[in-house]
Amino acid sequence: MTVAQVHGKVSLPHTAGTRTLGQMLREQPLGALGALVLVTMTLLAIGAPFFAPFDPTQGDATALSSPPDAKYLLGTDAFGRDNLSRLIFGSRISLLVGVGASLLGVVVGAAFGIVATYRGGWLDVLTQRLMDALLAFPMLLLALTMAAVLGPSLPNVIVALAIPIVPRAARIARSSVLVLKASTFVEAARATGCSDLRIMLRHILPNTFSPLLVIATAYLGLAIVQEAALDYLGAGIQEPDSSWGLMMSGSATTLALTAPWNVFFPGLAICLVVLSTNLLGDAIRDLLDPKLLGK
Amino acid sequence: MAAPRVSWLMVDYLLRRLGIGLVTLFGVAVIVFFMMRVLPGDAAVMLSGAGAGAVSEKELDEVRSKLGLDRSLPVQFAAWAGQVVRFDLGESLRTGKPVMEDIARRFPYTLQVVAMAMFVAIVVGVPFGVLSATFSGSWGDQLLRALSIVGLAAPSFWVGLLLILGLVYLFQWSAPLVWEPFWVSPWKSVTQLIWPALAVGLRQMALIARMTRSVMLEVLGEDYIRTARAKGLSEWSVVMHHGLRNGMLPVVTLIGFEVSALFGGLIVTETVFSVPGLGQYVVAAILNRDYPAAQGIVLILAGIVVLGNLLVDLLYGVIDPRTRVQAGAR
Repeated sequence: MTVAQVHGKVSLPHTAGTRTLGQMLREQPLGALGALVLVTMTLLAIGAPFFAPFDPTQGDATALSSPPDAKYLLGTDAFGRDNLSRLIFGSRISLLVGVGASLLGVVVGAAFGIVATYRGGWLDVLTQRLMDALLAFPMLLLALTMAAVLGPSLPNVIVALAIPIVPRAARIARSSVLVLKASTFVEAARATGCSDLRIMLRHILPNTFSPLLVIATAYLGLAIVQEAALDYLGAGIQEPDSSWGLMMSGSATTLALTAPWNVFFPGLAICLVVLSTNLLGDAIRDLLDPKLLGK
Repeated sequence: MAAPRVSWLMVDYLLRRLGIGLVTLFGVAVIVFFMMRVLPGDAAVMLSGAGAGAVSEKELDEVRSKLGLDRSLPVQFAAWAGQVVRFDLGESLRTGKPVMEDIARRFPYTLQVVAMAMFVAIVVGVPFGVLSATFSGSWGDQLLRALSIVGLAAPSFWVGLLLILGLVYLFQWSAPLVWEPFWVSPWKSVTQLIWPALAVGLRQMALIARMTRSVMLEVLGEDYIRTARAKGLSEWSVVMHHGLRNGMLPVVTLIGFEVSALFGGLIVTETVFSVPGLGQYVVAAILNRDYPAAQGIVLILAGIVVLGNLLVDLLYGVIDPRTRVQAGAR
C-alpha cells in the first residue's frame, strides 16, 4: 500500500464485519506474515541483551572489518564490532522511532484535523493553510531541518520525524470529518444536546479510526526508512549507539572495497521491516474496507 | 454548454489556485525563517570561523549587527522576505558566494536526476502496470506485484549504496571527480547521473506500476470497455485508447505527489553518490549551520513542490475535460 493511495480516501462508518481472527488470518495470509515478522522483531528488540551474541559497543581488535564467518555471522565493522549484535540492538531504535513517530504524528494530525474541520470557520482556514505550507516540504527535508533544530537525541528524532506526518494525517482526518459532520447521526447527537467535545470524541473520532490506522502503518515504515537516512547523514542517533542507519554510514566506495556486508545487512533489515509494515497495512486496509467485505 | 463560460470558470479556478499557492509560499517562508532562528549554534560564532569563547563578545556583536541578527524577529523577517522577492538569498557562510549563485550552479544536476528518474519510472512503470492488469492473475503479474512491493520497501539510499557496491566490484567504479554538466557533454552527463537516477527512481517505478495496474483493472471492468470489445476493436486499441487514456488521471496525480518524495529521496542519494546538486547542498548547509544557505535552499525546494502541485492541478484541466466545468462549479 502506498501513502498516495490512502490520500483522498473518504471514510464512512464501517466495521470489519463479524469475522473471527482465524478467518481474517486466512483471508490475509500476507498480512499475517507481516505481523509475524514485526512481532518477532519486537521480541528480538526487547530481549536484545539476551539474543545478541556480543556487546554491540565492544570491538574485537583482532577482527576489524572481518567478513561473515562462523564466529561473526554477519561480519564486523571497521572497529571490529559484531554486526549481528549491532543489528539486534539497532532494531530497538528503529522500532521505537518508527512506532513513536507515526503514532505521535497521526495523533497530533488527527487532533488538528478533527477539531479544525468540525469547528470550521477561520480556525479551519488557518489550520488548512498551515498544513498546506507544511505539506510543501519534502518529508525528509522537514525531518532533517527539525532534527538539526532540536539536536540529536532519541526523543528529538522521534519528534522531528513526527512533524512531517502531522499535516498528512490532518488531511486524512479532514476528509473523513467533512463527510461525518454532514451525517444524520452527528446531527441527531447535536439535536439531543451533546456538547461539541462529546460529539468529536464519541461520534467522530471512532469513525475516523480506520483510515488513520491505515496511514499510521504506512508512515511506520516510512519513519523507519527516514530515521535510517537521518542517522546516515549524521543528524540522528549518534555513535556509539547502534542504529541501522549509522551502520551504513561512511564512504560507500571505501566500504565496497573493505566491508560491503556493513552496508548490505542493515539495509536488508530495513527492507524486511518496511515490507512487513506495508503487507500488514494492506491487510488492515482490506479488512476495514466495506467495499471488499462481500468478496 | 457555451465555450466562453467554461473558460471563465477555468480562469476563476486558476486564479483561486494561484492565490492559495501564494499564501502557501508565504506560510512556507514563515516556517523556514523561524526554524532557522531556533537552530542551535550562533551564526555569528560560526561566521567568525572560531569556536565559542575564542572571539570577544564585542567582535561577535559587530558580526551580529552586520548580519542583522540584533534586530527584532519581525524586522529580520521583513528584511529577508524583501530580499527573497528580489531573488537575493544572501551569501553562504560556508562558500562565501551568493546563495543564489550556488543554487543556480547546482540546480541543473538535480533537475536532470529528477527528470531521468521520472522518465525511467514512467517508461518502465506504465507499460508493466498495463501488462500486469491485462494479464492479471498470470505468473508474470504475480512476479511484477511481488517485485513492486519489494521495490517500495527498499530505501533509495540503500539501493544507491548497493548500486555503488556493484559498480565498484564490476567496473572498479569510483565517484566522478568532475560531474559533467549536461550542456557540456550530454552523453557523459547522462551516463554519470543514471545511477543516482535509478536509485531514486526505483521506488517511483514500483509505485507507478502498482497504480497503473490497479487503475487499469478498474477501468477495464467498465461497461464502455465491454462495448469497445463488442464492436470488434482490437485488444490493443481497447487497452491503449479506451483503457489507458481514462486511467491516466490518477497516475498523473501520483506523479505530481511523488515529485516531492523524489526531492526527499534525492537529499540522501545525492550525498551517497556525491552528486553536486541541491540535495547535497541542503544537507551540508543544514548540518553546518549555514543559515543563509539553509533557509534559501529549503525555501526554494519547498517552492518547487508548491509549483509542482500547481502544475498538476492545471494538467488535470488538460487531461480531464470534466474538471474544467466542475472546477468552477465548486
